[in-house]
Amino acid sequence: MSDNALYIDEMMDQYPAKPESLIVILQEIQNKYGFISGDAMRLASEHVHVPLTQAYAVATFYQSFRLDPVGEHEIKVCLGTACHLKGGQRLVEDLERRLHVESGGTTEDMRFTLNTVNCVGACALAPVVSVDNQYHPNATAKKMEKVLKSLTDPSLEEMEGTGNA
Amino acid sequence: MHDHALAEQSDALRLRSLDDLNRLRKQILDKRDPDQPEIVVCHGTGCLANGSADVSAAIRSALDTSGIEAKVVPGIKTTGCQGFCSHGPLVVIRPRGIFYQKVKPKDAKEIIEKTIVQGDVVKRLLYKNPTDGEKILHEQDIPFYKRQTRVVLHNIGKIDPTDISDTIASGGYQALAKALTTMTPEQVVQEIETSGLRGRGGAGFPTGRKWRSALTAIEKKGRPVYVVVNGDEGDPGAFMDRTIMEGDPHAVLEGLILGAYALGANQGYLYVRAEYPLAIKHLTIAMEQARACGLLGDNILNSGFSFDARINRGAGAFVCGESTALFTSIEGNPGNPRPKYVRSVEEGLWGRPTVLNNVETWANIPLIVNKGGDWYAKIGVPHSTGTKVFSLVGKVNNVGLVEVPMGVPLSTIVEDIGGGVPGGAPFKAVQTGGPSGGCIPYELKDTPVDFDSLTKAGSMMGSGAMIVMDNRDCVVDVGRYFLRFLEEESCGKCMPCRLGLSRMREILDNFSEGKGSEKDIEDLLSLSKAIQDSALCALGSSAPNPVLTTLKYFKDEYLAHVTRQKCPAGVCKNLITYSIDPELCTGCTSCAKQCPVGCIEGEKKKTHAIDTGLCIRCGICMDTCKFNAVNVI
Ligand SMILES: Cc1cc2nc3c(=O)[nH]c(=O)nc-3n(C[C@H](O)[C@H](O)[C@H](O)COP(=O)(O)O)c2cc1C
Ligand code: SF4
Ligand code: SF4
Ligand code: SF4
Ligand code: FES
Ligand code: FES
Repeated sequence: MSDNALYIDEMMDQYPAKPESLIVILQEIQNKYGFISGDAMRLASEHVHVPLTQAYAVATFYQSFRLDPVGEHEIKVCLGTACHLKGGQRLVEDLERRLHVESGGTTEDMRFTLNTVNCVGACALAPVVSVDNQYHPNATAKKMEKVLKSLTDPSLEEMEGTGNA
Repeated sequence: MHDHALAEQSDALRLRSLDDLNRLRKQILDKRDPDQPEIVVCHGTGCLANGSADVSAAIRSALDTSGIEAKVVPGIKTTGCQGFCSHGPLVVIRPRGIFYQKVKPKDAKEIIEKTIVQGDVVKRLLYKNPTDGEKILHEQDIPFYKRQTRVVLHNIGKIDPTDISDTIASGGYQALAKALTTMTPEQVVQEIETSGLRGRGGAGFPTGRKWRSALTAIEKKGRPVYVVVNGDEGDPGAFMDRTIMEGDPHAVLEGLILGAYALGANQGYLYVRAEYPLAIKHLTIAMEQARACGLLGDNILNSGFSFDARINRGAGAFVCGESTALFTSIEGNPGNPRPKYVRSVEEGLWGRPTVLNNVETWANIPLIVNKGGDWYAKIGVPHSTGTKVFSLVGKVNNVGLVEVPMGVPLSTIVEDIGGGVPGGAPFKAVQTGGPSGGCIPYELKDTPVDFDSLTKAGSMMGSGAMIVMDNRDCVVDVGRYFLRFLEEESCGKCMPCRLGLSRMREILDNFSEGKGSEKDIEDLLSLSKAIQDSALCALGSSAPNPVLTTLKYFKDEYLAHVTRQKCPAGVCKNLITYSIDPELCTGCTSCAKQCPVGCIEGEKKKTHAIDTGLCIRCGICMDTCKFNAVNVI
């Protein structure tokens, strides 16, 4: 058995082999690998005894599930109401330009995945961008440029945001 | 540790009666010296994002090297969000209540040396009142806090949410012990009925009545019955449920256990959105600690009543906040709502009688049981009792979390507590109720904020998000925003919602591009009515509200887009032009360096100018310019 299958098998044993465990198992798989591969999906659906199609129905219904590999760094721009009013959409467009990737996509070199989220509950600091689960409050195009630079070459800049998401 | 030892240890922790709880509480309190200073650092999501973890670490290491006598070494405590996030990281020195804001790690040494050792104040870290420029020393004198009534939030900012002894010291689980030892389940339900509490999740359904009809359903169908916490908080712009779960998780848990006792439920669920990892962590810790103390699990406080609960993480779907969708999601399916001719209290989770309440609703329950339904009913106004927590965001000076009695005028929240709009202009509108709500214009600023008055004004209480808008915010854009949000979040099962919302959004898209006609406004109205009347669930049926209220109060602005191709607020991209004011431009070159298409020309130290033909209207120049020299019309 491959390492992945072994991990998934052991993880799944903690949850009852019932349909109600499907979502949490998919969440665990995604936490570990960043996305849910076809093989992982099959293992999960077998464990909880639901047809593979139903597992896909669940995975595609919920926005947080990804069926494709993600980049090394995940950038999420908040588009909740407060962030929208303070220019969240403009930040998305700016990042799209800088990374040459559409929102929802991953750069060709697999370094960055760009996504949007709905309100992470830090609206007081709008607009908020999270990079690898660290929040960057009061984000501007300029600040994000620095953050991107520091990710490309960590020796260049200190990261500005320090909060844990 | 051996299993045996572990069992013994947790046995020693187990509380067996109200007396046990009180004894433990006294022990904890006796160990504390009320004069010993305590340094409280906010570790809420907002302050953490602003670096408060580094601040508390710096304070810790400054203490270690300070050489203070061991017996006066202050305690350090980290708490949940204290509400004033826009001024974070916050540090409060108790018992004096000295309030420091925007604290940086490099301030730590000075705080220890000056305030802790010498008893002096670090003036530059104090809050400055924007109205008179006075510095304010104490937390309780800051207008933002002074005008609030913190009932549900009373513990947050005082307790460490990861330490149950703090909760117990502050009176946590007293209500549970009281109910289990002195009240029948029926008496608990009666107390909730007397309180007049209405659900805080949006629609304001009376909680007592919900519990009562669940009891009727149980009579018919028998047990099991389930109690569920709705911690999905999908409303963009709202973060009160997040704050309560993170900052006082035991309050939610105690409320849930009380509800379970009242209804005879042995199993409960907390459905928490996955975007709230800290809330999930703190609730998990709280449940473990409560179990170890015998406050959750088998035979709670030796009363013979057993109840346990588990957490389900949401997976990112707004519609899963809706009750029937939430249940199907817990059961492991896509969260599609179902028609509500069968009520959830009769057929909820796994087809069983189920009571679903919002986080804040549950957090109110221990207060009511402790102090009595009559006490609660006296707070607020007759048909909306108690307090409500609001998240005040957008164009307002004091962004944060605010708790007030129901029925206070909107202006009290936005102007007195919120400090009004930056720059001092009157606010344009306050959007309440999220995507299901509407906009209340400045002329209605004296509207009492309670369930019924907001509905009368065409808006809604919703979960309690208040988004303050000024004259730089465009109502057409806000309407589009909510429609697009709901279009993406709709489950797509029924036609009125799926097709209707898209059509409405298309019309508004046209408006924002200066296309469209007055006839389209009529179409918007009739589409709204059709959707309201025929959508299957409340996501669809309430979706037209933001558009309807803005059409009612800001029709001129719609007409400006349609007939004059102008966006008065300067938001709609296709209708605006950026320019640089030569009077204000210092030629600092920042904007030119940032412009993604390089359409800003100018020599260093000379006036710059924008080639509007090339400009893609990204707004970066405006965000960049420190001299307010970039205009948009
Ligand atoms: C589309 C939709 C989303 C909802 N989202 C939430 C939510 O995030 N949190 C919440 O407590 N209630 C939400 N509700 C309301 C719940 O369905 C339900 O009425 C509420 O949780 C009941 O609790 P309460 O009586 O304490 O208010 C939503 C309703 C709809 C129609
Ligand atoms: S109104 Fe919208 S969200 Fe509700 S059931 Fe219909 S399509 Fe789904
Ligand atoms: S709005 Fe954007 S594209 Fe236009 S001048 Fe400013 S920075 Fe350049
Ligand atoms: S940033 Fe402002 S001041 Fe500086 S060159 Fe641009 S417009 Fe002028
Ligand atoms: S709207 Fe972005 S954090 Fe709430
Ligand atoms: S997070 Fe510290 S005040 Fe809100």
